Formats: sequence, C-alpha cells, structure tokens
Amino acid sequence: MAWTREEMAARAASELTDGSYVNLGIGLPTLVPNYVADDVELVLQSENGILGVGAYPTEDAVDPDLINAGKETVTLRKGASFFDSAMSFGMIRGGKIDAAILGAMQVSVKGDIANWMIPGKMVKGMGGAMDLVHGAKRVIVLMEHTSKDGEYKIVNECSLPYTGKGVVQRIITDLAVIDVTPEGLKLVELAPGVTEDEVREKTEPPLS
Amino acid sequence: MDKVVASAAEAVADIRSGSSLAVGGFGLCGIPSVLIQALLDAGVTDLEAVSNNCGVDEWGLGVLLFNKRIRRMISSYVGENKEFARQYLSGELEVELTPQGTLAERLRAGGSGIPAFFTATGVGTQVAEGGLPWKYDANGNVEIASPPKEVRTFETAEGPKEFVLEQAIVCDFGLVRAWKGDRHGNLVFNKSARNFNPLAAMSGRVTIAEVEELVEPGELDPDSIHTPGVFVQRVVALTPEQAADKRVEKRTVRSAGEGA
Repeated sequence: MAWTREEMAARAASELTDGSYVNLGIGLPTLVPNYVADDVELVLQSENGILGVGAYPTEDAVDPDLINAGKETVTLRKGASFFDSAMSFGMIRGGKIDAAILGAMQVSVKGDIANWMIPGKMVKGMGGAMDLVHGAKRVIVLMEHTSKDGEYKIVNECSLPYTGKGVVQRIITDLAVIDVTPEGLKLVELAPGVTEDEVREKTEPPLS
Repeated sequence: MDKVVASAAEAVADIRSGSSLAVGGFGLCGIPSVLIQALLDAGVTDLEAVSNNCGVDEWGLGVLLFNKRIRRMISSYVGENKEFARQYLSGELEVELTPQGTLAERLRAGGSGIPAFFTATGVGTQVAEGGLPWKYDANGNVEIASPPKEVRTFETAEGPKEFVLEQAIVCDFGLVRAWKGDRHGNLVFNKSARNFNPLAAMSGRVTIAEVEELVEPGELDPDSIHTPGVFVQRVVALTPEQAADKRVEKRTVRSAGEGA
C-alpha cells in the first residue's frame, strides 16, 4: 500500500525538529503541520511577511490584513512577527529558514527541480519558489511518485523549465523516501507494502 | 510640513500616460485601491506597473488592466486573473515575470541608490539565461523574450557559487496603502498588509500613500514607524468607508470547536 496524501504529509512532518523555521508550499505541504508531534514546535514562515503562522481563523476572526502566501486568511501563534517582503526574502536567501517543503512537477538525479511552468500553458509566475529553493537550508520535495499519466517525475534531466538546479536534498513520495546525493539517488525508505522493484520501475534514474 | 492632499484625484493628477508605478500589496492585501480607482477615473493609459500581483478581474490593479490602461507589468505571480491571461497571450500586454524575492530587492535597491545586485535566485533558469516570453504577437508567437543576464561566481562559506546580476527598479511614482500615517508621511502598516508597501514607497520618485487613519505628527511612536516620511511625498486620508473596503481572496476558516 502506498502512502495516502495524509501519510505523506505525516512522513514529511517527521523530518522537522523542534524549533525549526519552516516554509511550506501550497497544496499538500500545507497539511504537514497537522502531523507534527506535540513536543515539536515549528515556526512557519509565510513569504508575504509572517513568522509564526497559526491555524485558519474562526469566522468572526477573519482579517483581510492577515493572510498567508497562498492568500488564505490565517491567524498567528504566540511569538509571531511581521516584516516586509525584502526582509522576508532576506531571511530566505540568507539561509535562516531551516527547511522548505514544496511540490514539484519534476526532480532530477542532480537535485534540479521544475515546478513553476509548463510551456504552452498559461504562465502564472514563479512567485517565491525560485528564491526558496536557493535559500532554505533543506529543500524537501513532497509529491506523487509519477504523473497521473504514469510518466516519470523523478528523472535524469528535467524537460520542463527549471525552478532551480542542484537544490533538492530529499524527495518524499507516495511510494518512498529518496535522497539526492553526489553519488546519485539513494533509496532511504519504502512505504509499507511497496517493493524496491516497483520504486525502481517508476524512477527514471538508478537508485542505490 | 504638511504632505496631505485633499483628494485621491488631486494626489494622482500629475501621473501621466506612460508613467511607471511601483504599487504595494500582496494579492488583494494592502493594495492602494483608492489611488488605483482615482487613476482609472483620471483616464491615464499606457502605464507600466510594478506589483507582485495584478489584482483580480474586478479589484485592485485588475480594474486598470480590465480597462486596458496597463501596457507592461513586472510581477512574480499573476495566476488569479483571467483578463490578464487573455491580454498577455494575445499580445496586448507585456509581462516581465521576476522571482518574488528578487522583485522585492529590486524595489528596495532602487530606493536605496543601489543600481544592481547579485543573487543566487534564478541561476540556471530562464530568469538568468533568458528566453522568458515577455510579449507575444497577435498570433501567439513570442515577440519579445527576456535577455540573458550576467552570471558571476563568488566565494561563499560553502565554496564558489554562481549569482545572477539583477537591476534595481526606480519608478516615476510609488502607490501604497498604510494603516496609519501622519502629515510628514511617516507610515505604519497593519499585519501582513505591510508586504511590498515599504518597498514600493522606496522605489517611487514621488510616493503617494493612502492612509486608513491620518494622525498628527508626534502621535506615531517614532520607534514603531515602518516607512519614514522621507520616502513619502503625498498623503491621502481615506474615509472610514474607503478604509474598511477590503477584499479577501481566499476566506479559509475553522469552526469554533476545532483546535488552533
């Protein structure tokens, strides 16, 4: 049995240690805080200018001036701070953010990532993704192992336009956990009931 | 000293067609919506707008876009706007997509006397290597593509690393929305509505601030001012109705019973 989306998020949550400053991409990564252990306190960074993002507000606490990078209404945790966008990306580029967890369309054997643009489709923009992949101390990709059509997403070379090159350290999919190392991709962990052969078959580069 | 002008219309009266504007806000949060409306009413066109996003179809910069007043945009993310997509893909609108942190720093640098800077963001991508479609022709072919930029290797604590040269942005006008402001143009922003506003204020040769609450000099704690008045040339006091007219792009809530 492959991991469900919730189990993938839980697996990603186990990567994060107490006291970490973490930036989460939109989609699946936003589920990660739900699975962090009680004794682990994370400070979530939202690149529009918040450290210490909390839960969604109750209806009566919705504030148009308090949103996250996904433009969703949010609340704050104790100890939160606000800052402008230049300082926000200063802390990202400056290596102060411990981890970024983000989705991807393709990741290569060298840790290259493509997650912002499909040629021929409407270009929405890279937002903060290019800054995050270069700035965060650890870049963890959380994604399905293959595309809906069964195509490789973990590839020898990205065919889609790059978000960044040589920036991804770890890939967590519904089937496995894989590390990007100088010697190539390393299989770290299998989802329960998933075989090594299945992961190899669905991964374009060789796995050690 | 009194930088307060009587109305938004008066504040934007010398913004001409063809002007460049640095506009604060992130999504619909902290956008100078009253100044944008005044620009629409003034009838100017051919504008170049530098803003992280371009509003939505019926609010924010989207209203200028919808009325075809914008010729060129510099933005990091434009996904929430159908009319934007239509104008871009049909060759009516030129768009320079820039990574969000690079955009923020380009505005900050522009207001700080720094003409350009090196950043790792975008190295190895089309941002550095060129080829991003800036403008399409009417047939959907790329008419203007982004040029390649200088890439240089610097020593870092982790060893030699490549960085790309990014140019600062100085605009004819900065348009920002603040929570409180005084007659000297000192500004305080509210929560995450700060976002790009201090940087847009720095980038403008003439910066106009619409403030939700106008106070007298001395009322703002000098230690709490986010944008010092030197960056602001004009202040427009909003009515309570204007100040309260804020939109939410994605209203996400939890029920009162759920844990925080």
